Amino acid sequence: MSNVMIVGVGGQGTLLASRIIGKVAIKAGYDVKVSEVHGMSQRGGSVVTYVKYDKKVYSPLIFEGEADYMLAFEELEAYRWLPYLKKDGKLIVNTQQMNPMPVITGAMKYPESILEKIGDKLKNVVALDALKGAVEAGTVKAVNIVLIGCFAKNSDVDKQVWIDVIKETVPPKFLDINLKAFEIGYNS
Amino acid sequence: MKKLMLGNEAVARGIYEAGATVVSSYPGTPSTEVTEFIAKLYDEIYCEWACNEKVATEVAIGASFGGARSMTAMKHVGLNVAADPLYTASYTGVNGGFVAVVADDPGLHSSQNEQDTRNHGKAAKIPVIEPSDSEECKEFARMAFDFSEQFDTPVILRLTTRVAHSQSLVEEGERLDYKLKDVEKNPDKYVMMPAMAKKRHVIVEERCEKIAEYGYDCPFNKMEINDTKIGVITCGISYQYAKEALPDASFLKLGITYPISEKLVKEFASKVDKIYVIEELDSFIEDYCKSIGVDVIGKEIFTRLGEYNPQMIKKAILGIDGPESLTVDEQIPVRPPVMCPGCPHRGMYYILKKLKLKVCGDIGCYTLGALAPLSSLDYCVCMGAGIGMAHGMEKARGAEFTEKLVAVIGDSTFIHSGITGLIDVVYNKGVSTVIILDNSITGMTGHQQNPTTGYTIRGEETRNVDLVKLANAVGIERVVVADPFDLENFEKVVREETAAKEPSVIISQRPCALLKTVNYGAPCIIDEDKCKNCKMCMGLGCPAISVVDGKITIDASQCNGCTLCMNVCKFGAIRKVGDK
Repeated sequence: MSNVMIVGVGGQGTLLASRIIGKVAIKAGYDVKVSEVHGMSQRGGSVVTYVKYDKKVYSPLIFEGEADYMLAFEELEAYRWLPYLKKDGKLIVNTQQMNPMPVITGAMKYPESILEKIGDKLKNVVALDALKGAVEAGTVKAVNIVLIGCFAKNSDVDKQVWIDVIKETVPPKFLDINLKAFEIGYNS
Repeated sequence: MKKLMLGNEAVARGIYEAGATVVSSYPGTPSTEVTEFIAKLYDEIYCEWACNEKVATEVAIGASFGGARSMTAMKHVGLNVAADPLYTASYTGVNGGFVAVVADDPGLHSSQNEQDTRNHGKAAKIPVIEPSDSEECKEFARMAFDFSEQFDTPVILRLTTRVAHSQSLVEEGERLDYKLKDVEKNPDKYVMMPAMAKKRHVIVEERCEKIAEYGYDCPFNKMEINDTKIGVITCGISYQYAKEALPDASFLKLGITYPISEKLVKEFASKVDKIYVIEELDSFIEDYCKSIGVDVIGKEIFTRLGEYNPQMIKKAILGIDGPESLTVDEQIPVRPPVMCPGCPHRGMYYILKKLKLKVCGDIGCYTLGALAPLSSLDYCVCMGAGIGMAHGMEKARGAEFTEKLVAVIGDSTFIHSGITGLIDVVYNKGVSTVIILDNSITGMTGHQQNPTTGYTIRGEETRNVDLVKLANAVGIERVVVADPFDLENFEKVVREETAAKEPSVIISQRPCALLKTVNYGAPCIIDEDKCKNCKMCMGLGCPAISVVDGKITIDASQCNGCTLCMNVCKFGAIRKVGDK
């Protein structure tokens, strides 16, 4: 069983990332469930989607201490959902920081040195600046594909399978940018 | 080859395979994509967004009477709106099969309550079927039409968020070549006047008994006998959670949760030592089991609130804790949903807050105006309620109170159930001010066309409702169209209209920032030399503006350049990137 959690901020493109991982798992011959989030929480809220694959998957949900991988689109969200990772799980985290409303209004502070604090608890952490990578690829919207590239590098599935799925999934006119973003993430 | 499909997409596929030809729905999370997928993928099916769930249901009933297989999809609270036609369609029965897909939202991901649709099924005496993954979504949706015709009844296909919005593998089948049934004159069946309805009620009661009997041996229900020490009766997504938590237990998985087969439950009870009923929300199956004398454990150990998961089931039944997990030792700021950068509602709420108005609202992106820092919306109950509530407040506290009171309502919501409220205000001599938020789209559910946009669900051009003329026609003489980003004028308009001694409508007009046609160009930037750190711009609650290292900063990756913040800055300290 592999349990993958994708966490981020509504609007960052977490849905597409979870769908790509789901499709890759099918190509690898697994039973797959992907749990998505639609509606209100997509409006800039904390969003979490799950991808589970195994010979047979029942529940689409992942709970505390159960995730093998976490793909975090934002530092605070990685920190928020950290308890959902297995103790020996792997975190891939975008170093982007986005202030939530309680921080914007001044009611709370954005926690400091999140990556260091996570590093004290978790051995397997890969941090990358996916926003920078996306800008380099040609659009800030490609953050998700940069992260997918990094996730692919850390998975045991052949690189070409990932590329094939991206080709099937993203609109043709954005394919080049997305493939570039994937390579940037893969080689980060 | 099997395909990964969202539950809602699989429902759409099942409807397609059943040969249905008419679909009418109103969007509502988590049901929206059922109808969207039909519009996108299946040209053979006529498909529309109706004004509200009641109309949608009536369209589907009419199509059924016309001999077609028809469907309507809605969220759980939509069924309250649709209840009137549905409860009596239970009496008429169907001609072509008719299925109402209703998606509940345990855990309130995107809803105002946690009602359990199975209660509606029971009250309306309409069978409720519940799939537990995408494959079942497709199969149950397909079979629901045969079921509907076999028993001459509408069928409710109940989903919950995790079924509707999870993807799993589906095997696609062929579409049935369904021939329209003949339309016959049959007032005893189709005209529900007292004399006829009295006779139909007899048939409805008999039908419930027959369906319960059918449940004993039907493709919807499933008994899995394994280790007989623990028996589980369950349905929908709870089945998946329970299977993961208790892989060795015996299961009675009910695909028909109303009416339930007594014989089936008793047979299962005779095979296992102890029975747990695992069902999210109400004790629906549990109450039934207890009513027929089957001893079960349910809500004594499980909650009526929110969603379940495998860990809680394991803990409740086996006493086993979940795996040890990493801990976070500090309080993490919550991240509630927010209005997007560039959202037109932000300008409006900024003014309503400035004028310290009481705001009666309802359901849509604009409900987010209740949250800090705008904290402007004071009341939200259901779709369309804001106008009636404002009128009620006026009648409770006197006409002077309306000088400090407005109702806000989205364009799609106004069409859904605001028009009647507005007429009520006019007819009953109210003086309320109603602000209609015309953002050219239905926002919260993910951009659906509606009668004010000029386009159908499939993007074809159509006539659109003229909100100004409509307001005039129902008797509102003061109708003003105002741009919520022109703060000075918007404030003036709100002041004038709330002061007026007659009812008035303000149409707050600016398109949703997420529409592809909206392009504000370069993002904004703070000129540090001019910024006095007064934080006026922070009062807008724009997620792109925050304080970093003591200085106001605009996050260029989030800002869409709408310039609303430039309008509130008194020091000219905000400009567009590239401008001087």
